Amino acid sequence: MKALSISNLKKEYAGGLQALKGIDLEVSQGDFFALLGPNGAGKSTTIGVISSLVTKTSGQVKILDIDIDESHSLAKKKLGVVGQEVNFNQFEKVGDIIRNQAGYHGLSFKEARENAKYYMQKLDIWDKRNEQARKLSGGMKRRVMVAKALVNNPELLILDEPTAGVDIELRRSLWDFLTEINNEGTTIILTTHYLEEAERLCRNIAIIDSGEIVENTSMQELLTRLEEETFVFDLKNPLQTLPDNLGYQAVLENPQKLKVTIGKGQGLNTIFEVLSNSGIQISSMRNDTGRLEELFMGLVDSNLNGGER
Amino acid sequence: MTPLEQYRALLTILYKEIHRFMRIWTQTLIPPAIMIMLYFVIFGTLIGKRIGQMGGFDYMQFMIPGLIMMSVISNSYSNVVSSFFGQKFARSIEELLITPLPHYLILLGWVLGGVARGLLVGAIVTIVSLWFYDLSVNNWSLSIFVVISTSILFSLGGFLNALFAESFDDISIIPTFIMQPLIYLGGVFYSIQLLPSFWQTVSLANPILYMINAFRYSILGASDLEALGFSINYAIFMIIGFIVLFASICLWFLHKGRGIRS
Repeated sequence: MKALSISNLKKEYAGGLQALKGIDLEVSQGDFFALLGPNGAGKSTTIGVISSLVTKTSGQVKILDIDIDESHSLAKKKLGVVGQEVNFNQFEKVGDIIRNQAGYHGLSFKEARENAKYYMQKLDIWDKRNEQARKLSGGMKRRVMVAKALVNNPELLILDEPTAGVDIELRRSLWDFLTEINNEGTTIILTTHYLEEAERLCRNIAIIDSGEIVENTSMQELLTRLEEETFVFDLKNPLQTLPDNLGYQAVLENPQKLKVTIGKGQGLNTIFEVLSNSGIQISSMRNDTGRLEELFMGLVDSNLNGGER
Repeated sequence: MTPLEQYRALLTILYKEIHRFMRIWTQTLIPPAIMIMLYFVIFGTLIGKRIGQMGGFDYMQFMIPGLIMMSVISNSYSNVVSSFFGQKFARSIEELLITPLPHYLILLGWVLGGVARGLLVGAIVTIVSLWFYDLSVNNWSLSIFVVISTSILFSLGGFLNALFAESFDDISIIPTFIMQPLIYLGGVFYSIQLLPSFWQTVSLANPILYMINAFRYSILGASDLEALGFSINYAIFMIIGFIVLFASICLWFLHKGRGIRS
């Protein structure tokens, strides 16, 4: 069964803007799926249609095989959405906001209270339950949004840029939490501008641009398309100049940091050997971030220029 | 959603709405009480004594049902219009739209919230009026029916206004330029029998006139309506007709996503 199935989805806004030009998308149950794209590509419109905040022009959307037009209420029961912007009454108390959301789904008062408590504790906002939401920091408000989206125990959770503008500590704790609930069976669709976030969390990926899906594949398959990869080496001893005969494209960023780009098919063992023979000792090595970013930019630019995809 | 789930969801909206206006009680409950008290002091006690009888009753006695209805109408309307538009403005309406809630339940929840505030303010105004006049009720069931149905009608009106409103200015235009004149010209402070024949006929086109007079009849046992050849049943049918019309329009626009979906 597919957690989400979209076919030929079109959205044309008044004024003629075609936000979605007939997209097809399938997300398997249990998947952690990234929906990426530049600003204005159609990500939020797609999420808006799935969650009924945007009226589609045509096409079909199914949540766990339930057509949202035919069984609107049943489909919505399976869904949780974390919007891009804060969308709760900030004058209410945190606990009330989350319990009320459970109430809107028809949960009993007892269930609502228990679920709200569980997710508030999980997201470390339990001690804020009696505070007015407007007094919370931006990161805390994000947590409230996530708790609110989960309080009905949805089978499909959609997060629209959940970590935008939050500090790294919260971002990492949110990553761990999302991984945990995904492992427990919740299907997650994530949109984000932090491509390392998508690379770290998601198994499958779709890239949308100008209202069209320009790529839809597994993260692993996408990353194997990289023609070259850059690694960062931290050097044990400072190096003033690069040896001439390395045989790799290398840049000495500073006396203790060397960046080496390795082509597809070139093994890592050889570079260690070459560096060692040149008297360069390595204390640590890491992959340069931005692998997905390179691919993303390539795909989006290609679409923009009408070139090959 | 099962009927039980719908019931729970409805209670949640209602709880939230009541909690909202109770939290800001200094803005929602106290001002109508003060305003009505001033009306009683100025128009009832000071000026009313000089006016003498109106429609066959003491002026204060004549005025009380109108003032109660005026409070119920304006508070039911303003509760729904400000709350629903506030949710639209803050985008917290999305909280409801992404849930399995059917549209009629959203509408019903807000209308019941408006009715709750309308009745509460109506009760406060009634208690205040008892300080000034020893009021007795001619027909309890009719007065309860009229006050609740009128409250429902104006809650629906507030909801419709909120659906179309795109700024805070838009939620004050109808109350200021349409409702207030209709309320004041609907016979709150005077009997339309005082008007020349032409203006009596014009006044009959004001739907609020029927509501105020139906309520006045339920309290005092007499109103302008019978004197002008209309039965109370006519007023009741008119209120019910408007409720059905407004509810249908609200549901239609909710279904179409007017003002709440892009």
